[in-house]
Amino acid sequence: MKLLTHNMLTSHVKGVTNGYPLLIKATEVKVNDVEFNPEFISRMIPKLEWSALVKAAEELGHRQDLPGELVPEYEKNEEFLKKVHRALVEVEVVEGCLQCPESGREFPITKGIPNMLLNEDEV
Amino acid sequence: MGTSTERSCLKYLFHLAQDHLDFRLPEIKALLALRGKPFCPGENFKEKSPFWCLDGLCEEDVCGIMARSVCAKSAFELWGRGKTHNELKTSLLNYPSENMVAFMQKDSTYRINVYTFNKTLEFPDRIKKIDAMDYLPFGGTVSLKSPQHIFCLLEDYGTDPNNIPEHPNYIYFGRWVADGQRELIRSYSVKNRHFIGNTSMDAGLSFIMTNQAKVKENDLVFDPFVGTGSLLVACSHFGAYVCGTDIDYNTIHGKGRSSRKNHKWRGPDENIRANLRQYGTEKTYLDVMVSDASKAVWRNAALFDAIITDPPYGIRESTRRTGSHKDNNKPPDGVYTDSHVPVSQSYHLSDIFTDLLNFSAHHLVIGGRLVYWLPIYRPEYCEEMIPLHPCLRLISNCEQTLSSHTSRRLITMEKIKEPEESDSLSHLADSHFSPYQGHNAFREKYFSGQNKKLIKDNKSDVNGE
Repeated sequence: MKLLTHNMLTSHVKGVTNGYPLLIKATEVKVNDVEFNPEFISRMIPKLEWSALVKAAEELGHRQDLPGELVPEYEKNEEFLKKVHRALVEVEVVEGCLQCPESGREFPITKGIPNMLLNEDEV
Repeated sequence: MGTSTERSCLKYLFHLAQDHLDFRLPEIKALLALRGKPFCPGENFKEKSPFWCLDGLCEEDVCGIMARSVCAKSAFELWGRGKTHNELKTSLLNYPSENMVAFMQKDSTYRINVYTFNKTLEFPDRIKKIDAMDYLPFGGTVSLKSPQHIFCLLEDYGTDPNNIPEHPNYIYFGRWVADGQRELIRSYSVKNRHFIGNTSMDAGLSFIMTNQAKVKENDLVFDPFVGTGSLLVACSHFGAYVCGTDIDYNTIHGKGRSSRKNHKWRGPDENIRANLRQYGTEKTYLDVMVSDASKAVWRNAALFDAIITDPPYGIRESTRRTGSHKDNNKPPDGVYTDSHVPVSQSYHLSDIFTDLLNFSAHHLVIGGRLVYWLPIYRPEYCEEMIPLHPCLRLISNCEQTLSSHTSRRLITMEKIKEPEESDSLSHLADSHFSPYQGHNAFREKYFSGQNKKLIKDNKSDVNGE
């Protein structure tokens, strides 16, 4: 699971009102080389919850020097876009789980794939 | 070359493949819309004809469309046309020579092709037809192998293979501009794909869906019933970043029985990511997840540029969602293991489409498109059955026949506004969904169709229908 996906996910446990962002408990994290595409990253930035991205990168120990605030005119700032690129699509949680911040319900991640299914008594 | 204003007044001739007839116009219209161009058919436009003349385009538009289209075979700058060779000659001699001169220079090389639709010509007859064009002032030398300019004489002998006329119904002459992407149908064939399933979408239709969804470079595309990811493969070919979910743990993880003949089990690394790797587009792979399309796992925001999917109809795969009618099967307290498979219950087709439209209304960007298949029991089909949503405008609806009594329709919708509170409820009470209500309603009809038909035929004798 990449942090771009994590940024778009929320808890859907019944009755939970504040299920975002999901906490990440990772036991295996890997950093892949993914071709840098500044146009795509620039297009994704307005869709992001910036603080959730920074927090997630921090939790995984891969924040590096990603700034706490979005920088102005980021489209022209290649150095900044590269940092976002790394956090969004290169860092990947291979094993671990996502946890609903309110209910504590955990969603396992195996071989990089989150399992968001709830059990029959939870829906 | 002429000035850009002159050249933009040119007419272009598109030669289309004679299959998936219903899908051609929506595909070409979507590709025009992607370039911000209106659809301007020339006079005598016939949708079912293999030849279309379009106005209002420049060569760049035509090349852009042909770089995407799997329905169009080739495109030509139209220089002349007519019902007979005499009419064609008159038309060509009236064509402004300033539009031709750049392609007829002394130091250039060229070739003339003869293409006949619905008739095969012998080689000497083709040569005769080329020789008869000697009234055109070609200044260059002929090069069959690598000409700079290719011209084409196209003859249309109608579409009835049992009634081929001696002389063509219509003749066109033009300069070849570009070929379409028919080649993708072969190079992306599921026969050679690493990871496939029982219901993998064929390559041609996957690309048509991608085009109708106006998917473009750097878009974010989502498939909520991703299966083995055939639609994502097509989207990533055009540079979109892709993600998907499926309720089936084994499919997403590429486990279980193989869909290939003589292969019992799926091998390691049979998954969607490996499919993208096979076609060199792994960089656009985001994620796939095990998730239930009926549950809201995505943050409430306009995240996706396109949603493109083939929902399960319950024919070759079951329609399921998590949940149970029983309430006595609690898992061991608080332990959620990845291997636990929740009990799933049937997912009514009417709910699948309600959920899909609602989800799209909330998660598509404005102008973003939803493209999906709707199964149809043909004897009962009417246009009113197509599910609607106040935030989604119906763009196209084309049929692919599956049997005498069933078909599926490719529905394309575009998001026109953000949903308001009232929108999420207003259409739920709608009667549109009634044909899909009741679990397996479509499935039962699908399988009963033949029998029903026989019964009906017998009955009609009695009832005088």
